[in-house]
Amino acid sequence: MVEGKIVRVSGPLVVAEGMLGTKMYDVVNVSEKKLMGEIIELKNDLASIQVYEDTEGVGPGEPVYGTGAPLSVELGPGLIESIFDGTQRPLNIIKEMAGDYIMRGISIPGLSRKRKWKFKPTVKKGDTVVSGDIIGTVKETTLVTVKITVPPGINGKIIAIKEGEFTVEETVATIKDGKEEKGIKLSQVWPVRIPRPFAKKLSPLEALVTGQRVLDTFFPIGKGGTACVPGPFGSGKTVIQHQLAKWADAEIIVYIGCGERGNEMTDVLLEFPELKDPGSGEPLMKRTVLIANTSNMPVAAREASVYTGITIAEYFRDMGMSVALMADSTSRWAEAMREISGRLEEMPGEEGYPAYLGARIASFYERAGRVKCLGSDDREGMLSVIGAVSPPGGDLSDPVVQATLRVVKVFWSLEDKLAAMRHFPAISWLNSYSLYADSLENYFKDTVESDFVKNQRTAMMLLQNEAELQEIVRLVGVDALSENDQLTLEVSRSIREDFLHQNAFHDVDTYTSLKKQYTLLKVILYFYERAKQSLDEGIPISMIKSLKVRDRIARAKYIPENEIAKIEEIMKDTNEELASISREKIKSEV
Amino acid sequence: MFKDYLTITDISGPLLIVDQVNDIKFGELVEIFLPNGNKRRGQVLEVNRNTALIQVLEGTSGIDVDKSKVRFLGREIELSVSMDMLGRVFGGLGAPIDGGPSIIPDERVDISGAPINPTARNYPNEFIQTGISTIDGLNPLVRGQKLPLFSGSGLPHNRFAAQIARQSKVLGKEEDFAVVFGAMGITFEEAQFFIDDFKRTGAIERAVLFLNLANDPAIERIATPRVVFTAAEYLAFKMDMHVLVILTDMTNYCEALREVSAARKEIPGRRGYPGYLYTDLSTIYERAGRIKGKKGSITLIPILSMPEDDKTHPIPDLTGYITEGQIILSRPLHKKKVSPPVDVLPSLSRLKDKGIGKGKTREDHADLLNQLYAAYAKGKEAQELAVILGEASLSEIDKVYFGFAETFEREYVSQDEYENRSIEETLDLGWKLLSVFPKEEMKRVREEYIEKYFKKFKKETTESITNSKLQ
Ligand SMILES: Nc1ncnc2c1ncn2[C@@H]1O[C@H](COP(=O)(O)OP(=O)(O)OP(=O)(O)O)[C@@H](O)[C@H]1O
Ligand SMILES: [Mg+2]
Repeated sequence: MVEGKIVRVSGPLVVAEGMLGTKMYDVVNVSEKKLMGEIIELKNDLASIQVYEDTEGVGPGEPVYGTGAPLSVELGPGLIESIFDGTQRPLNIIKEMAGDYIMRGISIPGLSRKRKWKFKPTVKKGDTVVSGDIIGTVKETTLVTVKITVPPGINGKIIAIKEGEFTVEETVATIKDGKEEKGIKLSQVWPVRIPRPFAKKLSPLEALVTGQRVLDTFFPIGKGGTACVPGPFGSGKTVIQHQLAKWADAEIIVYIGCGERGNEMTDVLLEFPELKDPGSGEPLMKRTVLIANTSNMPVAAREASVYTGITIAEYFRDMGMSVALMADSTSRWAEAMREISGRLEEMPGEEGYPAYLGARIASFYERAGRVKCLGSDDREGMLSVIGAVSPPGGDLSDPVVQATLRVVKVFWSLEDKLAAMRHFPAISWLNSYSLYADSLENYFKDTVESDFVKNQRTAMMLLQNEAELQEIVRLVGVDALSENDQLTLEVSRSIREDFLHQNAFHDVDTYTSLKKQYTLLKVILYFYERAKQSLDEGIPISMIKSLKVRDRIARAKYIPENEIAKIEEIMKDTNEELASISREKIKSEV
Repeated sequence: MFKDYLTITDISGPLLIVDQVNDIKFGELVEIFLPNGNKRRGQVLEVNRNTALIQVLEGTSGIDVDKSKVRFLGREIELSVSMDMLGRVFGGLGAPIDGGPSIIPDERVDISGAPINPTARNYPNEFIQTGISTIDGLNPLVRGQKLPLFSGSGLPHNRFAAQIARQSKVLGKEEDFAVVFGAMGITFEEAQFFIDDFKRTGAIERAVLFLNLANDPAIERIATPRVVFTAAEYLAFKMDMHVLVILTDMTNYCEALREVSAARKEIPGRRGYPGYLYTDLSTIYERAGRIKGKKGSITLIPILSMPEDDKTHPIPDLTGYITEGQIILSRPLHKKKVSPPVDVLPSLSRLKDKGIGKGKTREDHADLLNQLYAAYAKGKEAQELAVILGEASLSEIDKVYFGFAETFEREYVSQDEYENRSIEETLDLGWKLLSVFPKEEMKRVREEYIEKYFKKFKKETTESITNSKLQ
């Protein structure tokens, strides 16, 4: 192995000489403290190394040891319910070894070497298999069965396979590939910066149902799609990401806390084991993998954390699962790139970010998708990626936001003004968009109701009208508006407050099924249609405004999922209330 | 045993370059001996082969190229900690400045600290009663939280912070607490205000003060918050105390950091601040919190003055991205004589949800809080409308909101510096103010709490109104 010598230390960047024989992106161990680092630039025999741990106390003259391998993750049973740092070191094990604070130079494999897993073969000796074929399964948690597949690049005949309990390092099957015999283990190793291969990319066709009304009804993301959530501090990015991690109908959740708060990860760690998956009733933690490289942890490992996360996500996608990955926040990842780039004295692009910022962001999101997996069974896997972006001052002209918007298909725009009014989720209904809305139309028609999309459009039109009318009101007051316009204002207010507004911390309100979302909106729009009729009959808007049923519409969102019929009843009562007013009116005229 | 060098080649701003050095480590502490016998401390910022770049913490004035001697100490900057720190006043690097003896260390600790393992953290969820309605009622603070005060020059943030320090307590518990106070570049008068206040209330016995004042070396400020947290961590996690850390003024800290960055000719980020400001601040702020299995905690209130009262300025902006909410003081309210001038709408405590409710404060707290916010936001809107169109043009209900916003500012937000409201008083006051509305407006409140609280206060208020009419 190559052994070099440090000549320069500047924060997370170390330069070493005598490094001929190493390759770009090779992992190295820096100094006798064995700090983990990665080569990011080579000039003759000089290597620039980004170090994943604090470099305090390291200086010129100390050794650097090459490992000959790129930064990789271990993929196999044991990932679920884990919490890793940016380079896949299990944080709970670090705690056992080093105590409450993260100490340096600790090297631990990502997957437990001791734990045994029950392996059930699904092929037998003599079968011919190709890359990606499933050869057996391991039931890892009550929610996740890991499929053991033939690693990419191996094809041939199974010459041995055994059932039983194995560690991730033991060989469970042997494949004769041409002349070579290759052992298959429960785990495989994959370099994080290289996307895992698949057979073919396909377009998303199903919605990733999140239970968040404004997202599902107005700005849906497809399974295998990409979305971004930019917003100033305190506008609700993390709450949305947590909500998705909790309620999105994916089989696996990979949550990356990238350069954010320690307490937010603790929150997930404490809360997820308690929360139940709406489908199976099992704890949500049993489908979750956490990556935590908080803001105060070394900045280079933060840069690596998004790659570690997405490689793990791809691994599950390749089993034919639906995976959703959340990264909070991609801005911190970009800032880590900027810091390293600055130390390398590269020529900066916008705002000091490296010129390759856009390319890196694009290739990260491009790893999302609905794909036909490798293997002969034609299974499909889906990886949806949702990234939070934290632009300075909430300014959307920020280079990270702009580079992200160029690649993602869904834009959930968080607004400071809405957050200050405590309208949560503070997603702007006027600025956000989903480019999946059209392709998912049939999905909503088929799985919910044929007029789901029609109602959604009507509601959106009302909201747009409201914005225009409010301009007028600001100049001349409400009374100057026609009664019809005043009704528009009332109804759009109801859409905002009774439908879009959703309290993440309310037991019932935190999740709304598509069926309930549909019903809630239908009730509001029914009120609108019916009130319009009444206006035509000459009933004054003031009476419509003070209808008793409106209070029930406002509270309908708190009605539990199993009582949706009660929401439907509101329409009947709306009708009756308005009808009785009409009768009164006719009577008094007679 | 130490390595002494007479090889300074460049001095520029706060930086020194020393040549022909050997075996120097990144981050190492250095001492610079001036020809006049003075000593300055510094830290290695970068080593490149035989050249070391040093940031001088205590100012470069008087350092020369040929006679000044640089000594590398082979260790990082450390602080001596022990329980004797309580009641003492130190400089920005931790040396006593109150005339008392130096601390006999229980331990010597590297001030840069290490990141808390996220799996070792315990979630902050114990409500701290500050006795201030805008905090307790609307932006509840919990133990282990980091909640900054965003203020502006001339606003009463010091008085407000002193009131918090004076009144804070956890309900129903008598526990060891301490205040660790760090001053960065504030004036003597401001520092004296805190010292006097701590003395008057007796809090000084349980306080540790680290002062880097306006006329102290600016670069020293980079070390001060780290020194503060080193002391706080010792008290909280070794000595089981509940520690409140107050840091003021973070703006001066950031400016010192900018000065070093500019001297290093780094590519500047927004407004000249270095691109790593976020990461740097987080290595300070994130030292607050709770740790599983430890009795103590560190709660952090950093104070910063927003240049031009602009919340999007990099210092408040990046602080807000790291802390768990923010309390914002407003100049217009201050002019209106609302005191403390807490700008309720953009203020936020993100950990409130875990610290309030049944068994912690009261079951109705969350709903009430949401309702008060919504009502005040609407009242503010009505006020804006009234400015353009005149009050008369408001609808009936908007007029009620208009009036509510006024009383809310006068009775709920305003509060005397020495008025210590219990959480019940704060909550009841909220209901009392809301009772001007018809029940239909209570959209954020659960039906059961409308029955239990809203109606009760509604009745009381209506009765008192009818009574006063009768008289
Ligand atoms: N859907 C919601 N329901 C109720 N409260 C919410 C909701 N979304 C956000 N909030 C409130 O807003 C606060 C801030 O949200 P969050 O922490 O997600 O902000 P953020 O955008 O991630 O900020 P930062 O960039 O600083 O991390 C939360 O603590 C919560 O009080
Ligand atoms: Mg966040």
